Amino acid sequence: MITVGLYHFLVVSALLFSFGLYAVMTRRNAIGVLLGVELILNSANLNFVAFARYGIFSMDGQLFALFVIILAAAEAAIALAIVLNIFNNFRSINVDEADSLRY
Amino acid sequence: MDNISSLNYFIPELTLTLTILVLIIYDLFLKKEESNYTVYVAAAGLVFTLVMLLSSYSNVETSLFLGMVAHDPFSFFFKFLFVLTAFFTVIISSTSLEMKGKFHGEFNTFVLLITLGMFLLVSATNLLLVYIAFELVSVTSYIVAGYLKDSKRGSEAALKYVIYGGVSSGIMLYGFSLLYGLTGTLEIAEIGRILSQNNSGNLTVLVSFLMILAGFGYKIASVPFHFWAPDVYEGAPTAFTAFLSVGPKAAGFALLIRFLNTAFVSQDNVNMASWGALEQLAWPEIMMWISAITMTLGNLVALKQDNIKRLLAYSSIAHAGYVLMGIVVLTQDGLFAMMFYLSAYYLMNLGAFFVVLNVADRFGSEEIDGYNGLVYKAPFLAVCMGIFMFSLAGIPPTVGFIGKFYLFAALIKGGSAYYPLAIIGALNSVVSLYYYARVLRAMFVRGEAVDSEMPIIKTPVAVIGMLAFPVLILGLYWAPLSDFAHASLKILITH
Repeated sequence: MITVGLYHFLVVSALLFSFGLYAVMTRRNAIGVLLGVELILNSANLNFVAFARYGIFSMDGQLFALFVIILAAAEAAIALAIVLNIFNNFRSINVDEADSLRY
Repeated sequence: MDNISSLNYFIPELTLTLTILVLIIYDLFLKKEESNYTVYVAAAGLVFTLVMLLSSYSNVETSLFLGMVAHDPFSFFFKFLFVLTAFFTVIISSTSLEMKGKFHGEFNTFVLLITLGMFLLVSATNLLLVYIAFELVSVTSYIVAGYLKDSKRGSEAALKYVIYGGVSSGIMLYGFSLLYGLTGTLEIAEIGRILSQNNSGNLTVLVSFLMILAGFGYKIASVPFHFWAPDVYEGAPTAFTAFLSVGPKAAGFALLIRFLNTAFVSQDNVNMASWGALEQLAWPEIMMWISAITMTLGNLVALKQDNIKRLLAYSSIAHAGYVLMGIVVLTQDGLFAMMFYLSAYYLMNLGAFFVVLNVADRFGSEEIDGYNGLVYKAPFLAVCMGIFMFSLAGIPPTVGFIGKFYLFAALIKGGSAYYPLAIIGALNSVVSLYYYARVLRAMFVRGEAVDSEMPIIKTPVAVIGMLAFPVLILGLYWAPLSDFAHASLKILITH
C-alpha cells in the first residue's frame, strides 16, 4: 500500500504539462490545440492545489486554482468564438490551412 | 493598507471601470450606425481618468488592498502613458474607414478594458493579481485582434494570437505554481525575501523563472515568443495595432521590471544591482543573448518586408530587443533608460501606425510602394512620417536618438562585460537605418507630383501632429521627460 504524497501529484502534473505542450505542437485541428492549452492550465492548477494541501502554506494555492478555472473558461469561450469565425472564413478549422498572412 | 482606505488611492481605476460600464449600457441604446457616438463617452471618461490619475499622484510608495496593488511613482509613469494611448486610439479609430459600419461601442469598451487590465498589470504585487490582469489584457486583445470578422487576415490573426497567448500564459502559470511551491507565498516581495535567504543557485528557481519569462516575453514580443506579432499586427484593425504595439508591450516591460526588482534582484546601493537569487545561474548572459537575438532577428527580417504594417511589427520586435539592454544591466541607470526609451517609443511608434492608418484610408495601400510620392499627395503626413522614421532609426534631433543614447550609456557604464552587446546594438541600429530609409525614399524621392483631390479628415491629422511635435521637441529639450522618468524610479519593494 503506497501513500499518495506531494511527489505523485507533481509527477502527474508534469506529465499533464508535457502532454499539453505536445498536443499544442502536433495537433492540426484548432480545437485539439485549445485542448492542449487547457491541459497546460490544469497541470498548473494541480500543482497549486497539491502545494496548498501538502505544504504548510495558506489557502492561496486553492484560491489561485479557482481563479484559473474561471479565467480558463472565459478564454475557452473566446477561443471557440474565434475558431467559429475561422471556419466561416476558411471553411476549415485546421491551423495550417489558415495561412493567408505570410511574408 | 486595508481595503476601505485603499479605495482612496484607487480612484483612477474606479473611474475607468465606471466609464466601461456606462459605455456598455449607453451602447445598448444606440443604433448600429450611431455607435460612433460612444467615442465621446470613452474620450470623456479617459480625460476624467487622467485628471483623477494626476490628482492621485504621490511621491511615496504605498501598498494597497493588503499587499495586492502597489501605488508608486513607477506605476504612475506607465498609467499616464496608457491613458494617453487609449485616448488617441479611441479618437483615431472613430475616424478610421476600416472600422466604418462596425460596432464602435464594443471596440471602445474593449480598448478601455485593456487599459484597465494594464493599469492593474503595472501595479500588481501579487502573483494572483498578475495573472488576472495579464489575462484581462490578453483575452480582450484576442477579441479586438479579430475585430474585422469578415476579413480572412483578421480572423487568422485572432487565431494565432489566441493560441500563442494561451500557451505562453499557461507556461507562465506553471512557473508561478513552481515558485509558489518553492516559497509558499504569492506575494512577490515575500518570494524575493525567501529566495534571498536560501540563496543556493537552485535549478528549480531557474526553471520556474524561465517559464515565467515565456509569459512576459510574449507580452513584449521578444524572441522566441515573437511569432504572433507580425501576423497580429497585420491582421488587426490598424488603430488597434497602434495601441497593441505600445500599450501591452510597455505593460509587459513594467511587469518584468517590477517582478525582477522585487523577486530576484537585490539593489544594494544606488548604482550596483545584483541578480540576487539568480546570481549563480549566469542570468545576465541569458538576458544578453535574448536581447541580442531579438534585435538582430527583428531588424534582419524587417529588411525584406513590403507591407508597412509587417515592417513596423518587426521593427517593434527589434525595439523590444533594444529596451531589453536595460534589463541586462539592471542598474538604476538601466531602468531609467528603459523608461525613457519606452516613452519615446510610445510617441514615435503610435505616430507611425497612425500615419499608416491615415494613408490606408486615403490612398488605400498598406504596401511601401503605396507611399511613393506621398510628399506631393499629403505633405504634412509625409513630413510627420519622416520624423517618426528618423526617430525610430535613432537619428538626432529626435527623442529616439536621446533614448538610444541613454540605453547605450547605461550599458557601457555597466562594465566591460556588456561591451559585446553594445556593439551588436550599434550594428543593429545601422541595419535598421536601411529599411526606415526605404520608407523615406518612397515618400520623398520616388513618384512624381500629382494633384489629388482627396478630402483631408482633420481629426487624425491633428492627432498625428500632436505626436510628431513632441518627438522633435523632446529631441532638443528632453529634460522634462528625463526628470519625469527619474522621479518615477521609485518601485515599491516591501510593504
